[in-house]
Amino acid sequence: MTDVTTTPADEPEVEAEEAVREVPFWQRLVSGSATWVGLILVGLIVVFSLLKPDSFLSSANFRNIATDAAVLLVLATGMTYVIITAGIDLSVGAVLVFSGVVSAKAMNATGGNDWGVIILGLVVALAAGFGWGLINGFLVAKGRIPPLIVTLGTLGMSLGAALVITGGVDEREVPFKLITTIGIGRAFNQIPWLVIIAFAVALVFGVILAGTRFGRYTYAVGSNEEAARRAGIAVDLHLIKVYALAGTLSGLAGFLSLARFSTTTIGAHDTDNLQAIAAVVIGGTSLFGGIGTMLGTVFGVFIPAVLNNGFIIVGVQAFWQQIAVGAVLIGAVYLDQLRRRSQDQR
Amino acid sequence: MPEPLLEARGIVKSFGRVRALRGANFDVYPKEVVALVGDNGAGKSTLVKSLAGVHEPDAGEILFEGRPVTIHSPLDARRLGIETVYQDLALAAELDAGANMFLGREVMRPGLLGKLGFIDKQAMRAQSREAFDNLGVALQDTSAPVATMSGGQRQGIAVSRAVTWASKVVFMDEPTAALGVVQTRNVLDLITRVRDQGLAVVLISHNMPEVFEVADRIEVLRLGTRVARFRRGEVSMEDVVGAMTGAITHDDLDRRDQDTPGEVTP
Repeated sequence: MTDVTTTPADEPEVEAEEAVREVPFWQRLVSGSATWVGLILVGLIVVFSLLKPDSFLSSANFRNIATDAAVLLVLATGMTYVIITAGIDLSVGAVLVFSGVVSAKAMNATGGNDWGVIILGLVVALAAGFGWGLINGFLVAKGRIPPLIVTLGTLGMSLGAALVITGGVDEREVPFKLITTIGIGRAFNQIPWLVIIAFAVALVFGVILAGTRFGRYTYAVGSNEEAARRAGIAVDLHLIKVYALAGTLSGLAGFLSLARFSTTTIGAHDTDNLQAIAAVVIGGTSLFGGIGTMLGTVFGVFIPAVLNNGFIIVGVQAFWQQIAVGAVLIGAVYLDQLRRRSQDQR
Repeated sequence: MPEPLLEARGIVKSFGRVRALRGANFDVYPKEVVALVGDNGAGKSTLVKSLAGVHEPDAGEILFEGRPVTIHSPLDARRLGIETVYQDLALAAELDAGANMFLGREVMRPGLLGKLGFIDKQAMRAQSREAFDNLGVALQDTSAPVATMSGGQRQGIAVSRAVTWASKVVFMDEPTAALGVVQTRNVLDLITRVRDQGLAVVLISHNMPEVFEVADRIEVLRLGTRVARFRRGEVSMEDVVGAMTGAITHDDLDRRDQDTPGEVTP
């Protein structure tokens, strides 16, 4: 800062003004959309717990819910970044499949059942996801092709490539050790490693989003790309990084899926992209960019998961879950629109 | 008259078939307020964006403190000490005032956290608050998104940002266009204060009384070229308007490098 205009003000005065001008933390908490989504989630848990206290409200059941949601949470973590930049990534499910396929192929080609092979598989999965993410980011940032089209294209390409590699037949073999540890293993015999990994990923990238310059630039690019560019931010490079991150996390999700199901599940991920987008949007992230939190995304992942599980337990047809999630999704976007409209009227 | 601080020579800029600048000249001297006036479509904003690194000129030369410089990006302009208040303000509406103030030049946390890329939001908020206080920008809540603020407050943030970071020149593209009477007064006072503190201010405006109040000199742009230069006190408002509309030509103070209106400079 130059000293042209910033002669230091009297310290006590500044302190006093701070109290007036800073909205208290609790007030921001109450007005934050993540808080409301969290309350909805808590409300659902309470309702199902009251209806079926012994079967819903058990550690085994919560473990089930969390395990089912783990892979989706990893996808949604990357998707949160992409959507905050006002982009979209439809390719995550297909990149998940592709990464799982090449990872399984690499591990089986090497053979063996030790950590070396597993780490090789992980690296291959991450690299495959990173590669597709890089392609997405480059085409979006440098090619100026709308993200919807770019990632629709790479969705087809990566899924097609996975089918070409496997001939359309699932790779049904992965190192046994991978299944027994990451796949179905639990820390302290209680918490599944899958869940720990997924939450660790969400936590780390949530902290990066909220606290670092990388996160700040992600919001800035999504809020006003031109303003970010004029502020000297390398917008194109940043977009490439964000899509590469989403791709890499899709690769990780592919590896986790492999560990859990011990097969590549080629045909089972057609709606992963939409589920991830729905989770992120339900969590309060705006499709128009610039707004969103990782905490909201975590809630947004678990609302459909809890609904699904709860409906089954209370004996409602599980198909109702899709209807309920659809309604929640539309409601979330409607609230976002209302918020923007009230701001624009100023 | 001293050496110009910033000189634009024969700047040409086309957008497709539209020739926005046709060999425009422009001078900024140290510690002055120079008004850049012209009718709609005269090329004022394009000229400013060319000098701020937003557009790259197709042809022409830019001299800064006498030496030729290239301004390919906003970062280049920033390194020269040039800051701009854009007509659209270039604020990220979802970020708070402090974040906008420090956009692209974030303060990092001390120590290891800073090395890991963590930003010091507290420090940035405190410094922004200080700058807003000094410049008389009233914000109820510096942690609220800019989108929730009034037009005047947004303008205040954009102006504060530019004058805080500029060390040589501040461009202001219609800084009072969205403002009420009191806020306009504040911005005009601010312009003279910034000038008195040693910066050069380039004021782009349609508002003649405003221009005559604060500008030391006036340069008139018409159809992408400079058609006249005036010193305040040596010209009437009618003459300036005449030069803007083309009713009066050849009023240039300095006939040696006068541009002919409509002339096409390669």
